[in-house]
Amino acid sequence: MRVLNHKLFRELWRLRGQVLAIALVIGSGVAVLIMGLSTLESLSVTTDAYYERYRFAEVFTGGRRVPERIAERVAAIPGVQFVETRITQYATLDIEGFAEPVVGRLTSIPETGQPILNQLALQSGSWIETGRHDQVILNKPFAEAHDLGPGDSFTALINGHRRTLEIVGTALSPEFIYALGPAALLPDDERFGVIWMGREALEAAFDLDEAFNDLSLTLLRGINPEPVIAELDELLEPYGGVNAIPRAEQISNWFVMNELNQNRVVSTILPAIFLAVAAFLSHMVLSRLIATERGEIGLLKAFGYSNIQIVWYYTKLVLAIALLGCIIGAVIGALLGRYSTENYANLFDFPLLIYRPSSTAFFIAVGSSTLATVLGALVAVRRAARLPPAEAMRPPAPAVYHRGILSRFGVTDWLDQPTRIALRQIARWPLRAALTTAGMALSVSLLVMALQWNDTIDFIAESFFYNTQHQDLIVGLAEPQPLNTLHEFERLPGVLRAEPSHIVPADFTVGTRHHRGGLSGVAASNLLQPIHDDESGTDLTVPADGILLGSYLAAKLGVGIGDKVWIDVLEGRRPGGYVSVTDVFETTIAMPAYMNLDALNRWLKQRPVAEYFSLLVDSRSDAELFAKLKEIPAVSAIMVKRAALDAFYETIGAQLLIFITIFTGFACTLGFGVAYNSTRIALSERGRELATLRVLGFTRAEISYVLLGEVAILILAALPVGCLAGRALTLWLARAFDTELFRMPFVIDSSTYGFAVLFALAASAASFGLVRQRLNHLDLIRVLKTRE
Amino acid sequence: MCLIYNAENRAVDAKAHNESLIAHGLTKTYHTGEIEIRALRGVDFELKPGELVVLLGPSGSGKSTLLNILGGLDTPTAGTLTFRDHNLTAADEHGLTMFRREHVGFVFQFYNLIPSLTARENVALVTEIAAAPMSAEEALALVGLEERIHHFPAELSGGEQQRVAIARAIAKQPEVLLCDEPTGALDSKTGILVLAAIERVNRELGTSTAIITHNTIVASMADRVVRIADGLIASTEHNAKRVSASELAW
Ligand SMILES: Nc1ncnc2c1ncn2[C@@H]1O[C@H](COP(=O)(O)OP(=O)(O)OP(=O)(O)O)[C@@H](O)[C@H]1O
Ligand SMILES: [Mg+2]
Repeated sequence: MRVLNHKLFRELWRLRGQVLAIALVIGSGVAVLIMGLSTLESLSVTTDAYYERYRFAEVFTGGRRVPERIAERVAAIPGVQFVETRITQYATLDIEGFAEPVVGRLTSIPETGQPILNQLALQSGSWIETGRHDQVILNKPFAEAHDLGPGDSFTALINGHRRTLEIVGTALSPEFIYALGPAALLPDDERFGVIWMGREALEAAFDLDEAFNDLSLTLLRGINPEPVIAELDELLEPYGGVNAIPRAEQISNWFVMNELNQNRVVSTILPAIFLAVAAFLSHMVLSRLIATERGEIGLLKAFGYSNIQIVWYYTKLVLAIALLGCIIGAVIGALLGRYSTENYANLFDFPLLIYRPSSTAFFIAVGSSTLATVLGALVAVRRAARLPPAEAMRPPAPAVYHRGILSRFGVTDWLDQPTRIALRQIARWPLRAALTTAGMALSVSLLVMALQWNDTIDFIAESFFYNTQHQDLIVGLAEPQPLNTLHEFERLPGVLRAEPSHIVPADFTVGTRHHRGGLSGVAASNLLQPIHDDESGTDLTVPADGILLGSYLAAKLGVGIGDKVWIDVLEGRRPGGYVSVTDVFETTIAMPAYMNLDALNRWLKQRPVAEYFSLLVDSRSDAELFAKLKEIPAVSAIMVKRAALDAFYETIGAQLLIFITIFTGFACTLGFGVAYNSTRIALSERGRELATLRVLGFTRAEISYVLLGEVAILILAALPVGCLAGRALTLWLARAFDTELFRMPFVIDSSTYGFAVLFALAASAASFGLVRQRLNHLDLIRVLKTRE
Repeated sequence: MCLIYNAENRAVDAKAHNESLIAHGLTKTYHTGEIEIRALRGVDFELKPGELVVLLGPSGSGKSTLLNILGGLDTPTAGTLTFRDHNLTAADEHGLTMFRREHVGFVFQFYNLIPSLTARENVALVTEIAAAPMSAEEALALVGLEERIHHFPAELSGGEQQRVAIARAIAKQPEVLLCDEPTGALDSKTGILVLAAIERVNRELGTSTAIITHNTIVASMADRVVRIADGLIASTEHNAKRVSASELAW
């Protein structure tokens, strides 16, 4: 076998171009897999460690004003481990040098040190001192965004009182990995910050002596949170307590888990595509190699080599290719995995980062890619093993061609001979042609999938920020205020229009189907926050009676127009009753339910109130308006639409650019691998023909057409197929990314198809260019001296 | 016509042989590693219009090398080659391609047909790119294959395939037809059929023809017989009378 090993290396070297092209395809698959799974594992491990070390709670709830003694009763609920009570509230902040209003989430901490649960990872400075009501710890990203640190101070409007707060430290918390401000879609570290303040200070500020409005707890190992939540809700109900949620629904954790889930989806489907193509390529190359080595195989068998030895020889060849691919993929995957994990760590602000290039991922990747390539090759290798030695030494029977349907109908009469050669070649080897087309189509589909994210993001921005938000600002109030507060806002400088709205938590029930969410009351004359139907592209008006449901909520409840939904409001007097669905509209974000504000207030049996005001503003008066707003005591939060939009593009845009770049690169590699191998094999099979044509006086350009024509036809056929497959892949991925909070809209611009096609053509052109080089070195005379 | 046109090298006595393919002092040296193989060592050769020349010589004497250089498939190490008043030794790759395309037909021992094209299409391959070709059907009729024009190479016998190759070589109505052992792979009966086809083309179209063969009997159908040995022309004989190919036997 020593000699065969030499031959193996010589063969690998001779086929190095193709070997490398296949290895790159395998490498891409392995890299995606390792990158995805490493990121996934690292993020999971990091998150778990973070949650564990800083004792992130497992159930969260709150109330308007709950006496402290209730905490003991909560602790007595079977299964509860630790209970932490807090005071949390929003406040508007005034940061020097930053004109726009900033929202702060005030969160109480014990003056004496770390709380039992939801502990802080102190990043700089020190803990607050007892008795110093003006000392605070800021969350680090917010502090950094404003260049604040220990020793600096800022002012906050807390429950109507302007207070100057001194920063003593910065910290991170497992509760705010994904720090979302009220009504925000994405973290915006400039406009939303967490402010940890002494419990006593907040008790005094909000008049909550011996009381709390926020409670979190951990459970004993293995305890199901559902029954605990039920008891908890019952316990807190008299104190304005609402809807306790398990950790899975805690907003920051939800986003982190969602991100992990998306990674999981991406790292399963995409590598599968690459490995399928790698299998087909290895099959193609091995088939060709074995066809050219028939004689040698026969000779080896005649010398007494066994079938197993011959199969093993070719298997080793494929294993070498797979190994090379795995090495390339492992290195790139580990690097990209680290990059991607760090990128997430950056986005999420972890105080610790455990990067673990997943060893499972490595084994899965190496195992599956080796398996795929060997399986692909095995079909060809089996043929070699089956060859009887005597037959193997004879040249293969000449390929029999037939005049196809086209020529029978006289269509080929219009074609020149080189084109006929290309077409007959395809017709002669239809399976191979189909596989080449399929491989290329997969590359195009990956390109479509990667590039369409731009369209999706634009669509979301358009539908969320433009179609449903005509306002410039939303002002949130600490407590619902009488509707006539509206006039105060209308009178503010630059305000052109103001509209009230009110959101109450509610349970929606239809039969056994159940949903807990928000019920929004909006004014009938609502113009600033229209209820936009993405499907029809029109705005709906709220009816005097009944509710409007987002399509996703309607589907979850299994209702349509005219059906009735039982609604329990979880606030105030907690009314309940049947309400009929007057319309259903398409939206990608959340599961909204709308009802007329007056009707809602009537139902709540309370004097008309509103919690939010949408403002349309003349931007020339911004500075003046912001200054005024910061002084209004009732205002607890201000959302500036333009800022939200900027944050959206900044965060998502940066993330997506990375994603798109990586996947475009991999998809191009795939396209290149397919085109290069197909062309090289065509060249090896048809070198003799091409040399003959050169002898007959065909120029290099003309024989390039004959050679590349065949592959070019297959690639052209792959383009529309790939675009369709890309559509399907995108749709599948969008559905796999679906969540209650957010649906991926399915949009692909026609220009995206155009770019995908351009990238695929560029990858093909590159491989053609390389093969074209070889045509210039065709040895005309050698071909004429030998029989095929 | 894209031949490189070099005024200085315009053939010396262009007028005398202005229709001929003329080689002067051709040498060809191959270097394989340390060893130097001199395949041609100074060959003067002229192929006159309408002439049929047979080249004989032992294996390895340089016949194919000479023929390939004459046909613009290969370039000599030294010496000149002119066709009409064009210096082919100065022509570049593209110039040689155009020379082959317009003026030369080749026939080889292995027929080198394109397996995916029918007989007619193999011929059409050439007629589509030549300046003044005959039709593919005419060319195939010349070699007696009008019945087989829609057959693929795999569906033809060796002799038939070789006749298709001849039809393909002459369809462009070349001035020069170069045949390297055209009957090498055929039995005597089929070989004679093929030689008869070449002879007919030579007579009817006036194509200057050179045939390499190991079969001395074939020499009697030539106007001139050139013997090559060891990279040099050993002797040249003129036949007083050409014997028709159909009268040959071996
Ligand atoms: N590409 C090459 N590299 C090295 N030597 C070569 C090459 N081609 C031909 N030769 C050598 O040149 C010499 C002449 O070769 P050529 O093919 O012209 O012989 P020939 O007369 O046609 O022989 P035959 O009758 O066997 O076909 C031979 O010694 C051959 O080995
Ligand atoms: Mg020879």
